[in-house]
Amino acid sequence: MVLVLALGDLHVPHRAADLPPKFKSMLVPGKIQHIICTGNLCIKEIHDYLKTICPDLHIVRGEFDEDARYPENKTLTIGQFKLGLCHGHQVIPWGDLDSLAMLQRQLGVDILVTGHTHQFTAYKHEGGVVINPGSATGAYSSINQDVNPSFVLMDIDGFRAVVYVYELIDGEVKVDKIEFKKPPTSNSAP
Amino acid sequence: MLSSIRLRCSASYGLRSYHLTNMRAFDELRKLEIFFMEETRRGCSVIELYELVQHAGNILPRLYLLCTAGSVYIKTKEAPAKEILKDLVEMCRGIQHPLRGLFLRSYLAQIGRDKLPDVGSEYEGDADTVTDAVEFVLLNFTEMNKLWVRMQHQGPARDKERREKERGELRDLVGKNLHVLSQLEGVDLDMYRDTVLPRVLEQIVNCRDEIAQYYLIDCIIQVFPDEYHLQTLDVLLGACPQLQPSVDIMTVLSRLMERLSNYAALNAEVLPYFLQVEAFSKLNNAIGKVIEAQEDMPILSAVTLYSSLLKFTLHVHPDRLDYADQVLGSCVKQLSGKGKINDTRATKEIVSLLSAPLEKYNDVVTALKLTNYPLVVEYLDNETKRIMATVIIRSIMKNNTLITTAEKVEALLELIKGLINDLDEPEGLEAVDDDDFEEEQNSVARLVHMLYNDDTEEMFKIISILKKHFLTGGPKRLKFTIPPLVVSTLKLIRRLPVEGDNPFGKEASVTATKIFQFLNQIIEALPNVPSPDLAFRLYLQCAEAANKCVEEPIAYEFFTQAYILYEEEISDSKAQVTALQLIIGTLQRMHVFGVENRDTLTHKATGYSAKLLKKPDQCRAVYACSHLFWLEDHETIQDGERVLLCLKRALKIANSAQQMASNGQEGSAGSVTLFIEILNKYLYFYEKGIPQITVESVESLIQLIKNEESMPSDPYAESLFASTLQFMEFQKQKGGAIGDRYEEIKV
Repeated sequence: MVLVLALGDLHVPHRAADLPPKFKSMLVPGKIQHIICTGNLCIKEIHDYLKTICPDLHIVRGEFDEDARYPENKTLTIGQFKLGLCHGHQVIPWGDLDSLAMLQRQLGVDILVTGHTHQFTAYKHEGGVVINPGSATGAYSSINQDVNPSFVLMDIDGFRAVVYVYELIDGEVKVDKIEFKKPPTSNSAP
Repeated sequence: MLSSIRLRCSASYGLRSYHLTNMRAFDELRKLEIFFMEETRRGCSVIELYELVQHAGNILPRLYLLCTAGSVYIKTKEAPAKEILKDLVEMCRGIQHPLRGLFLRSYLAQIGRDKLPDVGSEYEGDADTVTDAVEFVLLNFTEMNKLWVRMQHQGPARDKERREKERGELRDLVGKNLHVLSQLEGVDLDMYRDTVLPRVLEQIVNCRDEIAQYYLIDCIIQVFPDEYHLQTLDVLLGACPQLQPSVDIMTVLSRLMERLSNYAALNAEVLPYFLQVEAFSKLNNAIGKVIEAQEDMPILSAVTLYSSLLKFTLHVHPDRLDYADQVLGSCVKQLSGKGKINDTRATKEIVSLLSAPLEKYNDVVTALKLTNYPLVVEYLDNETKRIMATVIIRSIMKNNTLITTAEKVEALLELIKGLINDLDEPEGLEAVDDDDFEEEQNSVARLVHMLYNDDTEEMFKIISILKKHFLTGGPKRLKFTIPPLVVSTLKLIRRLPVEGDNPFGKEASVTATKIFQFLNQIIEALPNVPSPDLAFRLYLQCAEAANKCVEEPIAYEFFTQAYILYEEEISDSKAQVTALQLIIGTLQRMHVFGVENRDTLTHKATGYSAKLLKKPDQCRAVYACSHLFWLEDHETIQDGERVLLCLKRALKIANSAQQMASNGQEGSAGSVTLFIEILNKYLYFYEKGIPQITVESVESLIQLIKNEESMPSDPYAESLFASTLQFMEFQKQKGGAIGDRYEEIKV
C-alpha cells in the first residue's frame, strides 16, 4: 500500500492565505510516501511545508510559480503504474479531456495528473486515467466560477489504484472514491 | 551539654558553621526537652525546673534552657500558655547580638509554634485567645526583624556584600513568623486587617531597610490569601510609596497583580469583589504614584508595571475595554517624555504589552478599538514596529479574523504601516534582510484575503484603501502586494449584479467598468518595477473576467496591454513559449469579441507562434492556434478553413525541422514526433466532423509517418505512434457515430 498525495494550484499568497485548517490537520507527516504537485504553489514557504509532510516531493511548473527551475512535466513509476505530471496550462484548450489524453499518449503514462482548471476531475478512458486534484486552497480561477478546496489521495497497490478525493464543501470535508485496475497483460505505454 | 552550648557561644563562628552547630544543638535540646518531660511526669515540679535553669551561668545557654523548660511548662498546662510565651519572648531581649538573637528567637518560634492558643487548639482558654497568640508572634517577629536589620550595619563597609549575602540566607527565619500568622485559624479577615497587617507594615516601613522591606512585602503577598489582599488593597498599596526608593517595588507590584489575576482567573465568582473594591483604579493610582515618586525610574520598570496591570485588567475585567485603554493611555504618557526607546528589554516588554490584548481577545478588531493602542506603537523603533506588525498579522491569520469595514482596514494598515511603507529610514531598505523582507511582504499578501465584506460597496471602499496604500509603498513591494489585490478585485466583479438587474444601472457607484479601470490602474504600476511577466499574466486574467462580463472593448484593451508586454518585455525564449501558451489558451476561451477584433488578435497570436526561436516550439504553438478557430459552444467561432490552415502550417514547420535534421543538425532529432503530434490534432478535429479535415488528409499523414526512415531509431516516436493507432482502434470500437468516423480511416 503506497499513499500518494496529489494536489496543486494553491496560489499562496496571491489568491489564498493558506490551506484550509481542516486539510492541514489531515495532512500529517509520515503517513504519505509520495507527493505529486501540479504546480502554482507559488512560494518557497509552501514548498518547504509540503516537504515536511513527505520528503519525496515531485513538482512541475505552473505559470505563477516563483521557482523557475521546476520542470514542465515529469513521469514516475509507483507500483505497476506509470504516472505523468504536468500543470496543464500548456495543453490547449485548457481542461479539454481529448487534448489531455493526447498529452497522456505523449508521456506514455497510465495516470496523468494535471491541474490549472481548479476543478476536480477523474476521467477514465481506454488509454488510462486523467486526474485533476483541483485547487487545494479553493483559489480563484478565471476558468472555473465555483471552486471548492480539494485534493486527491491515491492508494496504489500493484495493479490497483484507489483514488480518494477530498473536497471542502460548506465547511465540511466530503470524501469520494474511484477505483482503477490496470490489466496485467497490457504493456506499460497504452 | 551545657558546656557545649557555652563553647558554641563563646567562639565567633562564621554563619555556615554556626548554622550547623545550631542544628546539632537543637537536636540535643530536643532530647533535653524529652528528658524534662519525663522528669515532670515522675513528679518533679515544672515550676522548679523553670526556676532552676535560670541559674545557668552564661546568658545564651540560659535562655535556650529556659525556652526548653518553658515548652515543657506549657505542655503541662500548669500556667496559661500566653503568660509563659510572653515571659519567654521578653526574656529573649537579653540577646542583642543579631546572629545569636535570630537563632535563639527562631528556636523560640519553633517550640512555641504548636502551643499557640489558637482557635480550636488545646491551649485555648478563657484568658488565652488567639489575640494572645498573634501578639506573641508579632512581638517575636518585630524583634527578629530589628536584629536582622542590625546585621546590615555590623562591621566594616568593605564586607557589606558578604553581610548582605548572609542576610539573604537568614531571611526565612524572619519570614517564618508571617507564615505562622497566616496559618492561625483565628486570624480571619478582620483580625488581619485590624491587627496583623497594620503592625507588620509598621515594622516594615519603620525599619527603613531595603532588603527587609522588599523581602517582607513580598512575603506578605505570598503567604496571605488573595481574598485578604483584595480587601486590604489600599492599605497595602498605601505602604508602597513609603518604602525606601531603592526597593524594587516594580517586581513586588507585578507579583501582586499576577496573583490577583490568577485568583480571578481560577475563581470566576470573586469577580464582583474586584469591582466592589475598585481594584483596578486603586492599582492604577498606586502605580501612578510610584512612578511619580521615582523621578528617574527607567522606562523598562514603568513599562513592566503597566504590562502587569494590563494583563491584570484583561484577566479580571475582560469586557472593560475602557480600562485597558486607560492603561495604554498612562503608558503613552510615560513614553512621551522619553523619545525613542533604546533599551532592548524595554522594547521587548512593550511588544509583550501590545501582544497581550491580541492574545486575550483573539480578535484584532477588538484590539483596534483601543484608541491608545496605535499611540503606543508609534513609540517603537522601526524594526520593532515591523516585528509588532508581523505579530498582529499572525494573530489575524491564526484566528481567521475577517476585517470587514473600510474604517477598520484603514486603522489596521496604519498599525502595520512598517510593513507597507518605507518608514523614514536613512538607509532605506538595506536595513532589512532580503529573506525577511520577502517573508514580511508575503504575510501582507496573505492578509489581503482576510479583508472582506459581502457588501459590494463596502468591499470597493476596502480595495480602494488598499490601492492607495500599496501604490505608495515603494516599488519593491508591488510584486507582492498587487497580485492579491487584483484577485480580490476580480472576485468582487463576480459578485456584482448583472447590468440588467441593477435598478441603479450605470449610476451605481460600483460598476464593472469602474472596477476594470481600477484594475488597469494597479497593474500598470508593475512593468516598471520591473515585473512585466507578472503584469502580463494579470492582464490576461482581467481579460477573461471582462469576457465573462461581456465587456468587449475592455477585454480588447487588456489583450492589447498583454500583447505590448509580450512584444517589448518578454524576450527570453523559454518565457516566450509559456507566455504564448497563456495567450493562446486565454484567447481560445474568449467569445466576447466581434469578428474584426478577434481576427486582429488571432492573427497576432499565430504570428508570434511562427516567430518563436526553436522550430519544435514554433510547430507546437502553431498547431495550438488551430483551436482558436473552433469553439465548441459558439457556432460563430467555427472556421474549418482556418483550422486546416494552421495544421498545414504546422506541417510545413515540421517538415523544415526534419530537413535540418537530415542535414545533420542536432536538436531536431524528434521531428517525426512533431508529425505524430499533428496527426493527433488532425484526428481531434476529424472526430468533430469538420468538413475540411478529410479522411484523405488523415490517411496521407499516416502514410507519411509510416514512411519515415528515421522512425526505427526513435523509440519515443515509435511508442507515440503506436499509442495513437491504438487510440484510433479504441475509438473505432466505441461504435455509433464516432465509431463510424474512425471506421473510414484506412491505416
